[in-house]
Formats: sequence, structure tokens, C-alpha cells
Amino acid sequence: MTAMATRIQERASGPSFLQTFLSRHGGMMPTFAAVGILLLLFVGAEIFLRGDFITPRNISALLLDNAYLLVLAVGMTFVILTGGIDLSVGSVMAFSGILGAKLLADGVPAVVAVPAMLLGGAAIGLMIGILVQYFDVQPFIASLAGLFLGRGLAYVVSLSSIKVEESSLLWLQSTRIRLGDWYITPTGLIALGTVAIAAFVLHLTRFGRTVYAIGGSEQSARLMGLKVARAKVGVYVISGLCGGLAGLVLTAYSGAGYPRNGIGTELDAIAAVVIGGTILTGGRGYVIGSMIGVFVYGTIKTIISFMGAEQSWMQIIVGALLLLFIVVQRAIVARSEGRR
Amino acid sequence: MPADTEVPPIVEMRGITIRFPGVLALDNVDFTLRPGEVHSLMGENGAGKSTLIKALTGVYAIDSGTIAVAGERRTFHTAADAQEAGISTVYQEVNLCANLTVGENVMLGHEPRRGGGIDWRATQKEAARHMESLGLAIDPRSMLSSHSIAIQQLVAIIRAMVLEAKVLILDEPTSSLDRGEVEQLFEVIRDLRSKGVAILFVSHFLDQVYEISDRITVLRNGTLVGEHLIEELPRDALVTKMIGRELEDLATLEKSSHRAIDRSGTPVVRAEGLGKRGVLEPADLEVYEGEVVGIAGLLGSGRTELVRLLYGADRPDAGQVEVQGAHAKVHSPRHAIDQRISFSSENRRAEGVVADLTVAENIVLGMQARQGWVRKVPKKDQDAVVAEYIEALGVRPANPQALVGNLSGGNQQKVLLARWLATAPQLLILDEPTRGIDVGAKADIQKKVSELSSQGLSVIFISSELEEVLRLAQRVAVMRDRRKIGELDSTQVDLDGLIDYIANAGEGSAA
Repeated sequence: MTAMATRIQERASGPSFLQTFLSRHGGMMPTFAAVGILLLLFVGAEIFLRGDFITPRNISALLLDNAYLLVLAVGMTFVILTGGIDLSVGSVMAFSGILGAKLLADGVPAVVAVPAMLLGGAAIGLMIGILVQYFDVQPFIASLAGLFLGRGLAYVVSLSSIKVEESSLLWLQSTRIRLGDWYITPTGLIALGTVAIAAFVLHLTRFGRTVYAIGGSEQSARLMGLKVARAKVGVYVISGLCGGLAGLVLTAYSGAGYPRNGIGTELDAIAAVVIGGTILTGGRGYVIGSMIGVFVYGTIKTIISFMGAEQSWMQIIVGALLLLFIVVQRAIVARSEGRR
Repeated sequence: MPADTEVPPIVEMRGITIRFPGVLALDNVDFTLRPGEVHSLMGENGAGKSTLIKALTGVYAIDSGTIAVAGERRTFHTAADAQEAGISTVYQEVNLCANLTVGENVMLGHEPRRGGGIDWRATQKEAARHMESLGLAIDPRSMLSSHSIAIQQLVAIIRAMVLEAKVLILDEPTSSLDRGEVEQLFEVIRDLRSKGVAILFVSHFLDQVYEISDRITVLRNGTLVGEHLIEELPRDALVTKMIGRELEDLATLEKSSHRAIDRSGTPVVRAEGLGKRGVLEPADLEVYEGEVVGIAGLLGSGRTELVRLLYGADRPDAGQVEVQGAHAKVHSPRHAIDQRISFSSENRRAEGVVADLTVAENIVLGMQARQGWVRKVPKKDQDAVVAEYIEALGVRPANPQALVGNLSGGNQQKVLLARWLATAPQLLILDEPTRGIDVGAKADIQKKVSELSSQGLSVIFISSELEEVLRLAQRVAVMRDRRKIGELDSTQVDLDGLIDYIANAGEGSAA
């Protein structure tokens, strides 16, 4: 190592704590904003409902009622981080659910039926990933094909609802692990476990870092010698797998498979991811943020049903929040580009 | 210290030939790179510099020839293959991920791992160590996007060093840096050279090439002109080698350069201190009625940038433009057209003709745009104008209904010229109007420019062919390194004088 005459430094004086924090964690701002909004909703509802909202029962239910959406949002986060989009997940969830219900009804044991549900989802994801990576199809179009395919397959399996009698699957929802007034079911644990595994993969593996790099600049990632093709196909497989898993969670939750489940749910998942601070152009965002996004979404839904208002208000509020967050994201992206 | 010729080369390319459809991009080119030297690859755009680099880095497959790295014959299929062999490239646009931290960009794909996951603490430490060794003292945990392009470029170089590159290719690394930042970069380059890294440097900036290089290889039109030690190749010799001389029978053409221009009145267009950071240093330019002002300089010297700022195609951040003595806001091509300024781009396929429309439609396009889209130009007027220009410029085939995409380059250029002339401009800006077209079409276009200017049209004429500039223009503005370095009266200077001026003028003052 040569000692050099000049050291290249940008600032002569030491940066302040705030400057250091912003230069390191500026990308977390939208996620903090989502946390802020969640707290605001909690406090607002608590005041409005005179202390009847923040109860262990409500908070526990918030996780359980939205467990399937949380699983979908985790998969969606991977895809959006690469700058892609996956419109198929609602259909994949329905297909996986009805497939599982049908297999179980036909007497197939759960140890076969459950892997089949997950693999079914992953296979559709793989197809989308291959279309995107090797056939250069827009993610929007490729996953739209996946949406129709998944929905069609769900109708092929059954046109009507199939009740699930299999005890091991129902156990996932009926078991309540209690801690005082708080409780959680295995489906809730599956959802939280998915978040934890996803966070590990995204932040502590080279695959995860490649996902972020692709979102930053796919061309750069390729020139850096990263395994871009593998990661790009991988995110769709993960999203499909999450779709399959969400099918399992939803089937356990509702006790039946139904081919019309999850129509439009892909859009709810995208909304939750965006509200949680992941930027649609890719490269910035956290899976924890997506979890917050799902909670924001679920809380709004709960508040509206508590108030006895029309559910259409739900969509108006989510729409307004989305608009707000996309504008905030634009501002953040514009700011970081302006600095260059 | 210049490298010793005795040192065994790290890269030896022999007889490299690459063909693209219809083009011989590289023709039997040899190139040798030795450890511990800075070797500049020089040539104008299209000379084959990028192609040679891409052949070396595995982006293009070679049709014939051999590449040996450290004495071993190699064939690279991807950029990753070349990286494995110790050849790293830092491109003109920083190819890093702005959304990640500095340290992560340095280490991406090579992070130390522990217990199944990335060990971030070790990763940051490792990154800091590499940065330290090149004297870059910034927080490895800060976002890359929070730093200047210059710092980002250094980060890219440091990343190359993590891969233990023995060969570092720097493709136009200084094009968006200011002088101080270039110094920082050169400091790092010298440091790497002293460590035995072979550096292939490509830049349009002659001053920088002479400042940093030990050796120069010159390419022209896909062929090797020669390899020279820097001290054996004076600047004017280099420029002559790069440009070459074209022996053409255009000498018989009418000259307009000797026509006297009345510069006592108000200039048609006057630009004052027009510039944009990182693109062009502020420059002045005046064009009088009936005058042809040439702009000379190597490609990338700022010729096109100057007229694009003048025309409003790019937004200047300094200076102002006056049209007929009145302050004019020219912030978009639309404004320029309103001021009757027309611009014919050097990139005629991408920014000029519409290949899928007919000759007539292409010519009328400009008139129609000027009129506004609502008021249609009457069919009779259209036909008259189209016929007039096809005749005047000698467009072949003389068929208004022919698709422009099927015309030769020279005839497409004539159609483009016709389009702008049909808008009756007071200033016509022509950027490389004669590039890549045959001699006959060239002569037609030159004749037309000369004729129109004698009728009062003002023209700004940009060309790499200096003979052409000297023949047409009464005054020549000379650009170098994104700066206007001076203006010459073309009756006072000959070709050698102009080449010498492009290469050497203002040398003393330019630090």
C-alpha cells in the first residue's frame, strides 16, 4: 500500500450525526413514514372509539385476518425490488387453495397436497420469470398471462367452493397460542416466519443483494458480474411460491377452497408494498415495510367496519394513501438524482 | 515512469477483425498492453476504439485474430469471463448501483460470509481497507448516490481493484468530471500504474491524454495507424493521424469562404457565455446575415453540444441568446423554430428523417410543424415545395412518393436539408451534414449551402472534414475539450494551420 500525498475526502469537518444518518439511511424514510401513518391510525381510532380499539384481541386479529395478504406482499416485495411487477398472485393463491382443497377432498394426504400447492404456485412463478428474463416480455404482460392462467386452472379444478375437512389443515387456524389476552395461530406464525426468512434472504445473502442491485441498475449488475438471470427468475419463483403459501393460509383461514378467491388481491398486495415504502422502480424498500403496509391496509379496513361505514371508503382511503406515497417516492427519487 | 519495452506484455491482441453487417468494424488490428503503463487508445468516433475494447472484454466475439492475456490465449464470452482473467472496465457512465452503499458497491458479489449469511461488519471493513489503499476517505456506509460522479468513478475503480484487476480499462472516465476531479482520478491512476497495473485509457481530451499516457495507439476507420511512445508523437502529428487526409476531387467546387461579410450590423444570432456544467464551458458565438460560420474540432470536443444549447435541444445553465439583437428565450426546439432557427442533427437516422414516411411527407413535416398541426398546409403548396427542393438538391430517385428509408444516406441528408429549408429559416445549423455520404451528394449539399448563404441565409456548419469547413465558412470557431478555444478567419489559415490550431492552440494557458 502506498501512502498517498492527497487523501480524497468530501468534507473537511466531520459530518453531523443527522447528516451521517441521512446519507446512510435516507432510503428508509418512506418506511418510517408508513410506521408513522400506522401509529396515527391506531391513535386516531383509539380516540374516536373511546379506547375500544387498541385491544390485544383487535391487534391479534389484525395479523390473522391479513396473514394471506402479508405472505403475498412478501413475495411481491422481491419482485418490485427488481423493478418488476407480479399481477398473478391473487389467481395463484386461488389456484393453490382450490387445488389443495380438491386434493384433500379426494383423499390425498396433506403431506402430498401441501407441497403440491406450493409447487403449483412456484411453477407459475417460474413460467413468468422465464418469460421476463429469456423472452424479454414486460413483467406486466408476463404476469398478466400468469393471472389468467392461474384463474383458469382454478376453474378447471373446480367451479364451486370445496370444503376442507382435513384436520391438520384446519389445525393451522383453529389452534390458538395464547399469551395473556394476545393470541396467534399457526397461520399467523407462517406469515411472520415468511417475513423473517425474506428479510434474511434480502439482507444477508448475495442473492438478496443482487435483487437490490438489479433494482438499482440491471445493466450495472450485469457488468459487475452478478448472477442477474438467476436472481430475476428467482424473484418470480419466490412470488409464485408465496402465492401458493398464501393459498394454504387462506384455505386454512376460511376452511374451504374457492376458485373466485383473491380477485384483485394482487392489487391489494402491490398497494401494501408501496405504502410500506418500496419504490415501484425498484432498488429501495424493505420487507418489514411491506408488513407495515399490510397492517396499515388491515387497520383501515377494521376501522371502517367498526364505524359501520361503507367498504367503498376503504378503497378511497387506500387510493388516497397510494397517491400520497407515490408522490413522496417521486420526491425521494428526484432528490437523490438531483444530487448526482 | 514509462514502461520498459522489454517487460512481457499483459495483453496481446493480434490481427483482430470484427465484422458487423455491411461494416468492417476492425480490420486486422494489433494492440499490446504492458504492465505498469498508461496506454491511450486514440481515434475519432467510429474509428474502432469501443469495438476493440469490447473485443477485449468479451462483449463482442472476434471474427479472426487472437487475444493473449499474460501469455495465455484466451476467448472471453462475457464481461464476467474477462473479469475472471483480471480485466476490469470502468465505463463512461458509472456502472454501479446508486441505491446501495459505497461499501456494498465495492464488495457486491464478493462479500465475506459467515454462518450462512453475509458478514456485514467484515464486508464494510474490507471495503474500507480497499478504499484506504487508494486514498478514498469517505464513509463506506453512505449511499453511493450521495456522492459526486467523480467519487463514484473512483468507487468503480476501487471495485475493479477488489477483483485484483491486472488490466484496468478506463473508457472516457473524465467526460463528466471537472478539472479538480480529473486531478484526483489521475492521482489514483498513477498510483495504480506504480503498482504494476496496466491501464488502457480512452479520452477525447488531448490535454489529458498527453498528461497521463506513456504510449498511444491510433486507430482510424477500423485500422491500426500506429503505436507510439508519447514523447515521440507531437500533438499535431497525432491529430493528423487520427483525421487522415481525404483525397477528393472536391477542390474544384465553388468556394464561399472568400466572400466578404458585412459584420457592422446586428448579428442574426448572438450567443453570450452559453454553457452547461459538465457539457460545455461558457462560449460566445455570433453569426451575421449571409455568413457561414464553421465549427471545427475533434468529435466530442463540444461542437454538437454548443449548437444543441443554442438551439434549445439541451438547456444551458449559463449565458443567453439574442436573435436580431433582441433577447430570445430559446429553451426548446419549439422556441428555436419560432425564431426561425433550424437544426439538422448529426444523427440523421435517430433524430432526423422518418424512414417510414415518403420523401414528400418528410419534407413537409418541418413546414407543418411551423404552421401548427391544426392548419394543414394546402396540398398544392406542399407539392410545389416538394418538387422545388427535389429539383434544387437533386434528390435521387426524384420521386416524392418514395419511402425515405429506402434512399441512400446522401439522399436522406438532402431530404433533411430540404425539410429545414422549406421552413424558410434565417439561421440553419448543420451538424455533420456530409458524414458518410458519397462525393456527389457531398458536392450537391456544399453547393446548396454556398448558394443559399450568398442569398442571405446564415449557416452554422459543423464538420469533421476540415477541408469542407475551410471551403464553406468565412469564419471558423475551434473547439477543444468542451471549450471554444478561438476563432479563425478562414482566408488567413490553411488546412495545416487549422490542424495545428486544433491540436496546440491555447496550450500555455490551459492548465
